Amino acid sequence: MRKPLTVRILSALDSKQWLALGIFLALALIAVPVLHLMVPEESAFHVSTYMITLIGKIMCYALVAVAMDLIWGYGGILSLGHGLFFALGGYAFGMYLMRQIGRDGSYQSDLPDFMVFLDWKELPWFWIGSDHIGWSLFLVVAVPAFVAFVFGYFAFRSRIKGVYFSIITQALTYAAMLLFFRNETGFGGNNGFTDFKRILGFPITSSEMRLVLFGLTAVMLAATLVFSAWLVKSKFGRVLTAIRDAESRVMFIGYNPLWYKLTIWVISAVLCGIAGALYVPLVGIINPSEMSPANSIEIAIWVAVGGRGTLIGPIIGAFVVNLAKSWFTVSFPEYWLFFLGLLFIVVTLMLPQGLVGLWKKLMARKEGAAA
Amino acid sequence: MILENTLDDRPEGSDGSDQMGHFVTGELDLSHGVALYLEDITVSFDGFKALNNLNLEINAGELRCIIGPNGAGKTTMMDVITGKTRPDSGKAFFGQTIDLTRLTEPEIAHVGIGRKFQKPTIFEQHTVFENLELAMKTDKRVWKSLMAWLTGDERDRIAETLKMIRLNGEADRPAGLLSHGQKQWLEIGMLLMQEPKLLLLDEPVAGMTDDETMRTAELFVSLAGKHSLVVVEHDMAFVEKLGGLVTVLHEGSVLAEGDLATVQNDQRVIEVYLGR
Repeated sequence: MRKPLTVRILSALDSKQWLALGIFLALALIAVPVLHLMVPEESAFHVSTYMITLIGKIMCYALVAVAMDLIWGYGGILSLGHGLFFALGGYAFGMYLMRQIGRDGSYQSDLPDFMVFLDWKELPWFWIGSDHIGWSLFLVVAVPAFVAFVFGYFAFRSRIKGVYFSIITQALTYAAMLLFFRNETGFGGNNGFTDFKRILGFPITSSEMRLVLFGLTAVMLAATLVFSAWLVKSKFGRVLTAIRDAESRVMFIGYNPLWYKLTIWVISAVLCGIAGALYVPLVGIINPSEMSPANSIEIAIWVAVGGRGTLIGPIIGAFVVNLAKSWFTVSFPEYWLFFLGLLFIVVTLMLPQGLVGLWKKLMARKEGAAA
Repeated sequence: MILENTLDDRPEGSDGSDQMGHFVTGELDLSHGVALYLEDITVSFDGFKALNNLNLEINAGELRCIIGPNGAGKTTMMDVITGKTRPDSGKAFFGQTIDLTRLTEPEIAHVGIGRKFQKPTIFEQHTVFENLELAMKTDKRVWKSLMAWLTGDERDRIAETLKMIRLNGEADRPAGLLSHGQKQWLEIGMLLMQEPKLLLLDEPVAGMTDDETMRTAELFVSLAGKHSLVVVEHDMAFVEKLGGLVTVLHEGSVLAEGDLATVQNDQRVIEVYLGR
């Protein structure tokens, strides 16, 4: 008996996991809006704009972490260039946000301010269609997918693996960053895009819009989790982990690893692009520093801290590291990078399975003691 | 260097899985009774000739043992047959029509050649059942794997193989926890799930107990006829038990061929094994 696909997707999570996911969505879609809009600011229960932006931002990062885990934790391929796909998604949607500014920029021109500054008279060809949200959303998916497909096809076909692959991805994002830093590239140079005013004509900084973006991010994170759980539990997922553990055996039983790696690589890049597109309106800025090598390395650290090869681990890792970061950068800004490096070393040496692995070990010990 | 060569020699477009199912050089044709045909195969690594004008013919349904001292070229020969290494010159045909030098590893697996490595290579994180499931003969393209769902028939086939390799009690254990001999058996089981016409077995009984070795010999003898088997082995008791023809490789070419007794009494073979 073949089960229909919907049933298989539903059975990707067990009932406890569905309950947890339901609680998470209820908090994000009902509790947070109520506490933000209805509870007065003096109350201890009020959720501030700062908190919504911070948590929304971290949910975008968590989405990237899950995407990274698919390729690294399950596929065994460490990318140190995932920040590129995140930024490409962000820029693709940022173009729409720039067009939505209309004539409200400082030069009161139809063109974005930075183009006026460059003395450009009309939109360059690659900006055509950017005032339609549908086209921009298409680009959010298509641009990371295209870049990932072309790069991945040649890298995987040449059987580039391990640290060599990681270094090339790092170089890729660095090269892209230098390209985007140039004013003439047409994406605002080192200032990138900012001063957004509207989405679909609605003011972008209003509480309601912020809550909508927050809710969308939460829904997207939940959907990604369910999709990824189905993916890694399918036969495709088993082939993928088999490639990670013994690639030559996989080839000699008749699978072509190229297409398996390429599929998960492109899926991972697209998820990063979507995360970037949600991040930009929430945070209000995108610039080339998102493509800096350090950012991409940080993504790998979130996943390592939370626990590779578990889907919940990267989400936990993204939250723990980023909450620590927002506390550190206020209290001891100069020590953050030292702390990050230390964290990576400690996790690699002492917690190869990350926080999730630690939790499992503690639970096993407790059970052992009870028995 | 070697890797690059194998990649560059590939014919246009043959790296795609799109060709699986319709083969570049035709269907398997065993009508002339020859399953595997190697002619004048030469492979050199930086001037060293790992294979030197090697000629070998394996008949359909035959069980052939290959012996030879270390460095004789046994593993390189298997690499050539399975597409891992491209020969510098020579012909390698599977049946009458399939040119092995033009196919990739997955394509060669798909036309019906299964390979067991010297060191047992299984998926240690997967269960025994999943190992067999992944190896099972089926459409192995990405989309099919995404949508795959085991049918009752397929479950029966896995259960049958589990019984044959005596692992039916271990189906749900991670394969990494098996004993060395059990891992060897699991890999043999994975080969059988592929339903290959030709099985290449590189030292299949290394690390097995005597009892396991004898049971493996019985299994192989029972497989001959339906499949062709090429077994590389050092264990002479095992080779004797298998019967069949024995080919001795030395310095990349065939030194002697015949039944075990003839080969063991061959003066050149004795020299090679006992030193000069």
